[in-house]
Amino acid sequence: MADQHSQHSHSGFEMPEPLVAPDQTYASITDKISGDVIGKKTPRGMLITLGVTSMFILVFVASVYWLLANGIGVWGENIPVGWAFDITNFVWWIGIGHAGTLISAILLLLHQHWRNAINRFAEAMTLFAVACAGLFPLLHLGRPWLGYWLVPYPNTMWVWPNFRSPLIWDVFAVTTYLTVSFMFWFVGLIPDFASMRDIAKKKWQKVSYGILAMGWRGSSRHWHRYETAYLLLAGLATPLVVSVHSVVSFDFSVGILPGWHATIFPPYFVAGAIYSGFAMVLTLMIPARKMYKLEAFITNRHLDYMAKVMLATGLIVLYGYMSELFFAYYSGNGYESFMMMNRITGPYGWAYACLLFCNGFTPQLLWFKKIRQNILVLFIISVIVNVGMWLERFVIVVTSLHRDFLPSSWGMFYPTKWDWGLYIGTLGIFVWLIYMFVRVMPMISIFEIKHLLPWRGRRIDTSADAE
Amino acid sequence: MMAEFDAPEKILAAAERAAAKGYREMDAFTPFPMEELTDALKVKHTKLSLFVLCCGVTGGLLGFFMQYWMNGIDYPLNIGGKPLYSWPAFIPITFEMTILFSAIGAVVGMIFRNGLPRPVHPVFNIDSFERATRDHFFLCIEATDPLFQEEEVQAFLESMEPIAVTPVKHVPMREPDSYEDFKDL
Amino acid sequence: MFDLSPITMSEKNRFDIASIRARLSGEKGSEYWKSLDELAETEEFNEFLHREFPREASVWDDALSRRGFLKIMGASLALAGLSGCVKQPEEKIVPYVKQPEILVPGKPLSFATAFIMGGYATGVLATSHMGRPTRIEGNPDHPASLGATDVFATASILSLYDPDRSQVVTNKRAISTWDKFFAQLQTAIEVQRALKGSGLRILTETVTSPTLAHQMNTLLTQFPNARWHQYEPLHEDNAFEGAKLVFGMPLQTRHRFDRADIVVSLDSDFIAQGPGHIRSARDFANRRRVQGSHAEMNRLYVAECMPSVTGSMADHRLRAPSSHIENIARGLAAGLHVEGVHAAQIGEPEQRWVDAALKDLLAHRGKSIVVAGPQQSPIVHAAVHAMNNALGNTGETVLYTDPVEASPMNHGDSLQSLLHDLDSGEVDLLIMLGANPSYSAPADLKINEKLGKARLSVHLGAYNDETADACDWHIPQSHYLEAWSDARAFDGTATIMQPLIAPLYNSKSAHELIGGILDDSGRKSHEIVQDFWKTQRGGGHGFENFWKTSLNNGVVEGTSFPVKQPALRQPSDGWKFSSPAGDGLEISFRPDSTIFDGRFANNGWLQECPKPVTKLTWDNAAFISPATAQRYHLESNDLVELAANGRTVKAPVCIQPGHADSAVTLHLGYGRKKAGHLGTGIGANANLLRTAGSQWHAAGAEMRKTGESYTLAITQDHHSMEGRAIVRAANVEEFEKEPSFAKEMSEVPTASQSLYPPKEYPGYAWGMTIDLNACTGCNACVVACQSENNIPIVGKDQVSRGREMQWIRVDRYYKNDLDDPEIYNQPVACQHCENAPCELVCPVAATTHDSEGLNVMTYNRCVGTRYCSNNCPYKVRRFNFLQYSDVDTETLKMMYNPDVTVRNRGVMEKCTFCVQRISHARIEAKKEDREIRDGEVTTACQSACPAQAIVFGNINDATSNVAQRKADPRNYALLSELNTKPRLSYLAKLSNPNPALEKPEKPG
Repeated sequence: MADQHSQHSHSGFEMPEPLVAPDQTYASITDKISGDVIGKKTPRGMLITLGVTSMFILVFVASVYWLLANGIGVWGENIPVGWAFDITNFVWWIGIGHAGTLISAILLLLHQHWRNAINRFAEAMTLFAVACAGLFPLLHLGRPWLGYWLVPYPNTMWVWPNFRSPLIWDVFAVTTYLTVSFMFWFVGLIPDFASMRDIAKKKWQKVSYGILAMGWRGSSRHWHRYETAYLLLAGLATPLVVSVHSVVSFDFSVGILPGWHATIFPPYFVAGAIYSGFAMVLTLMIPARKMYKLEAFITNRHLDYMAKVMLATGLIVLYGYMSELFFAYYSGNGYESFMMMNRITGPYGWAYACLLFCNGFTPQLLWFKKIRQNILVLFIISVIVNVGMWLERFVIVVTSLHRDFLPSSWGMFYPTKWDWGLYIGTLGIFVWLIYMFVRVMPMISIFEIKHLLPWRGRRIDTSADAE
Repeated sequence: MMAEFDAPEKILAAAERAAAKGYREMDAFTPFPMEELTDALKVKHTKLSLFVLCCGVTGGLLGFFMQYWMNGIDYPLNIGGKPLYSWPAFIPITFEMTILFSAIGAVVGMIFRNGLPRPVHPVFNIDSFERATRDHFFLCIEATDPLFQEEEVQAFLESMEPIAVTPVKHVPMREPDSYEDFKDL
Repeated sequence: MFDLSPITMSEKNRFDIASIRARLSGEKGSEYWKSLDELAETEEFNEFLHREFPREASVWDDALSRRGFLKIMGASLALAGLSGCVKQPEEKIVPYVKQPEILVPGKPLSFATAFIMGGYATGVLATSHMGRPTRIEGNPDHPASLGATDVFATASILSLYDPDRSQVVTNKRAISTWDKFFAQLQTAIEVQRALKGSGLRILTETVTSPTLAHQMNTLLTQFPNARWHQYEPLHEDNAFEGAKLVFGMPLQTRHRFDRADIVVSLDSDFIAQGPGHIRSARDFANRRRVQGSHAEMNRLYVAECMPSVTGSMADHRLRAPSSHIENIARGLAAGLHVEGVHAAQIGEPEQRWVDAALKDLLAHRGKSIVVAGPQQSPIVHAAVHAMNNALGNTGETVLYTDPVEASPMNHGDSLQSLLHDLDSGEVDLLIMLGANPSYSAPADLKINEKLGKARLSVHLGAYNDETADACDWHIPQSHYLEAWSDARAFDGTATIMQPLIAPLYNSKSAHELIGGILDDSGRKSHEIVQDFWKTQRGGGHGFENFWKTSLNNGVVEGTSFPVKQPALRQPSDGWKFSSPAGDGLEISFRPDSTIFDGRFANNGWLQECPKPVTKLTWDNAAFISPATAQRYHLESNDLVELAANGRTVKAPVCIQPGHADSAVTLHLGYGRKKAGHLGTGIGANANLLRTAGSQWHAAGAEMRKTGESYTLAITQDHHSMEGRAIVRAANVEEFEKEPSFAKEMSEVPTASQSLYPPKEYPGYAWGMTIDLNACTGCNACVVACQSENNIPIVGKDQVSRGREMQWIRVDRYYKNDLDDPEIYNQPVACQHCENAPCELVCPVAATTHDSEGLNVMTYNRCVGTRYCSNNCPYKVRRFNFLQYSDVDTETLKMMYNPDVTVRNRGVMEKCTFCVQRISHARIEAKKEDREIRDGEVTTACQSACPAQAIVFGNINDATSNVAQRKADPRNYALLSELNTKPRLSYLAKLSNPNPALEKPEKPG
């Protein structure tokens, strides 16, 4: 394919960095991406990561065992603080998931071709994040073994769930989200499974990938339907992702607590979700990219775009904080203003200060191209933002609860080792799954990358991608 | 009759010419979607969207009336002084159900209309077909085409400067469970 | 990583029991003792019985090992298991009023009997389910109760079933039997007979029981040289001494608070403590009840050191160290021209308080009361008698009768002379009935060294406690629900106490033990009591009637003491007031408001009941004022060393607004060495600092910071209302200007502002009102609810994590001045909102509304999301974070109210408005085909409330008491601005300050 070069230069549009390194060919893309999975040995960095995360998974198992053996009392929760780490973690994980869907669905609809390099990875992340999130609503129940009572199924008593409760909305939203994300991800994988099948050498690999590929052969008729379906899915996932975090925010805004009962929550939660999601994509992708030497596909330009998205959503989140402050003052509601004062100056003031630093100040650095281009700094920022978003949920859940209407029942929440154990445990599970995925499946969408290679009679005008 | 090309623009040209020549029963196999090719081959537009729409509507209605019936009719309870039929509270689930059903409709519809899963297919009998998912492009004019004349078609395809032109035989199916299948899967 | 030790340990423990059970299999209940003897030899059995429980004690602090802990409790009960199934006593007992006397299965009966504390009887009705006493309520016919109870009476049911009660006779701590004991006793008695009992000493607590008194007198005639000593840790010595000073004889003082317009309390907590305090609370509240828009209220002046229940009700509370009270009394007496009393120099605020009080008193001659606390010196009591006399209150609001005690004596002196005899080796046979002096006596008496000097010492007690340890023999004492007896109330009214259940263990009553000495050992307490009353009322058919009616009503007609008109005279050696301790630190000792003198130390309900005002549980503390804390650079939870009279005690500091400066209050009853699993080793033992000389306060004390700290489990950390209209209060003047001031303190959304139309509640609509003006914050409702609704205790660790389970709590707020705040109490239970925020958010519809407006929990549907609690603005919901309910301990199972579900781990619970009582009433009404009458349903909290602050009923019935109260201008709903439409509403609090005093200033 010597002429790839000439074609490329011939297509000659100017941009700082192409989305795919100029020296790539159809063959090289397949060989590189699927080769990483099939041929290559597991890199050492990854083995270490897997080892460490497995430790975390043990912690998770222990925490769950102790929880089930003794009850919610092993956590620091009490009356008035009936929710703390459990729901904080739930919202945090769900939020992280949202970036994946956004990248793969919304950016697809917006013809942001640069997403082709990262969408597969982001989708996987969504899937695993939502899986982790799903654990918490179940485990936080006083009687987890009865969790299925939240599902409307015909039972001997013929009692049904209370559909006015946001928790039931959660059940539907989260399950829908999990299913759709999975289908979206899997459909995207089918053609790539096919190419894995076709280059695989070992029989068992051929067999397993063959089964997953379901006999895909790249027929134009198929491609036609495939594209339609894929587009439809994207179209469906887009409102879904918005709805899911809105529903999650209803858990709070439907409540009457000052600090929960706020109309700003849905948009501000969705923005926050995408914000934290992108941060997590960066946190995971920067090391992975290094380990697998994928600079050719995940170029600095990708990172730059993601940084910009973080900046934008970060600003929306900041706006959320500001409007909360404003309404606390403007509403003239004594409870509201007390809640806000307590949030700032109360016993959990440190948390609020930290979250302002992490989510309000840090992203502002991304205004500077130098910082956006500096991978290390970008990585650090993304980690800080993750912490910040966790704190945001903690502040919303705990500081609103611990001092509500009657001062007589005010209290404090102090996490126990089991609170931490469960949280760290899910982190372990998440990272472990991500790396296992990278190990056995093409972490970059092969056919969509090929789609980006220009040829005579076809120009991918990636310069149109939103800056 | 299958022609193998090594660049997208070549197969596209071939397809256009073939279509001009009046061939209809054609199909192409490419490593990535080529909208241009689909047009050239005159693939007729799919009804998938309509199907998905129906699924969505079904899901929505189902979702809403499930809640209405369960909370309002089958087991009415006075909850927080709210009316039995508190429709605003029913909206989120109605919405989620709509999405869920449409999405399932889209995926399942696509897979089955494509006749997948199908582990065994004549085209796999061509050894070089493995590259159809990698970097080669295949154009196939089927014997069922009214204008199909084996020699004619072969000559026509060879005039397109392909890498190779191979006839695809409808070899009889072998026992799927024997490992032989997978050799050319 | 897993702290499994407690659980595994308890498993082992269970195994022990299993083996013991195995040995016993096949034994009949009747052979119980014999078989125990055999067992007594076996080694694991001894190990089991004599274990000191150190590990278990530590287990208690561990949040997770409560189950383990409970198993141990269950284990210690194996013996109870042996004694076979529940029996009613063989003798005929008479149910209260017109109930079917035949036992209808499943239908509770209630029996009138009496609960005794400090010797004085409170008439109670004990509910019995199928022969199991399950509940204690007040006896409306009894003068000391009028249907109400206090925390102690209600919780006494738990003491009956306490697995730690002593269960076997022990000799020198080894298991023995009654027969062995009795044989040895006989020989000792024979010796004494020869000596006319010169070596025989009997120590009792306060005795008001006519039968026991009769037995004692017989005994003293048989053994003329024997001595009867009495020691009640919280005795009335000073009151009697005071009476002696001015009347020449000990007299019982009775107060008619219902007749008093002005009440001046000198360190007296008459609402919550002392003989007849329940009655006092009722009488007092009746004079503060306000209906409509016109306020006719009494006015209360209180001078005290530590804010008490009474103090929190005061219109003018003066905080003063208890040693200063004497000078204040002096000031008052002088102002009332009591002959020979001259005012002493007192601080300016005290003076203002005294002057104001004086003016009021003089303006209400014959309609006022001056009352002194039992911890004040005799001279103060004497002065108070003189004041009441000078005010013409005697015979009007202050009545005198002969002492109710069978043999009034100075308990302090009595104990000392006993110890003296012991020292000088004169005591051959010492018999202690119920007392626990080893713990409760002032330390300087060194009682434990001396008890050993008796040749033979016998202890009859409910617990195998400190005194039991110091004695040769310990005999389990029957609970008052297990044995026949009788006792007198504060006014002398006698009650014949009938048991509801045969003794759970092989225990004896005081009557039976003394009977044993009097050589009619064959007789059971039933005979003894009955025979005594026969001597009083003559036998024959008339007696049958008398006996039946007395048992039925719970009072013996015409036994209240006649009022005397004693002549007041000058104290023989003049008015000898002592001058206050000066500026040094002084410690005052007070009875604990939940575990009293320590006798309830092992009662979980009382330990976990947040103490009035302080809201402290499971501990006592060194209470000091904020100013004192600053002076000593202390904060709450700092561990300090208190030194007085040459001894030291370590106690955690608790800063108490309203406490007097340069004074420390330390409550009695804690620091027990041998009280049971719950009571042993918690808190600080105040008795170590007390001396026989000054039992109630120690002057010249020192307080040193140790640098260590100690966690106190306090259920309310925040004390200010944050300017929110929670407890709505006004003084009489403001009230009469604007009767519905409470309503205007928040805006209530109108129906038109609500998105949905309001729900209709035809038929019954249950509602409740709580009159904050009557509520004293005494906690009677809290414990009553705990008993009625099978509410578990969770232990100190869980309480300090904010997981206490009581369904109704008494919130306490302070207002204004930190050093000398106004104190407000507010009982808060589930408000049963018509627009309940909790119901909306429950995903499984486990909490819903019923057709009568109750907010009901479906426990078995609850999955435990805790969302309802988060969304409850009143935070009245309680969650079973762990397995709190004890489902293992056999006796506790017997105690549970069968009409109420026992909740398990992971389930939310809350006040139900006693729905079980509603359905009971509904069934009764249906049977008679009528509506439920007003007042037919009383909730547990309502029936217990001494002040009748709580009213419950059908608000749809305009004539009902509750509906009328809701129509009262003071009626308001808590957080009404949230439009939750609570069914529970409050009547605003009123104060009746003296216009001359805006508010009491801080002293100094």
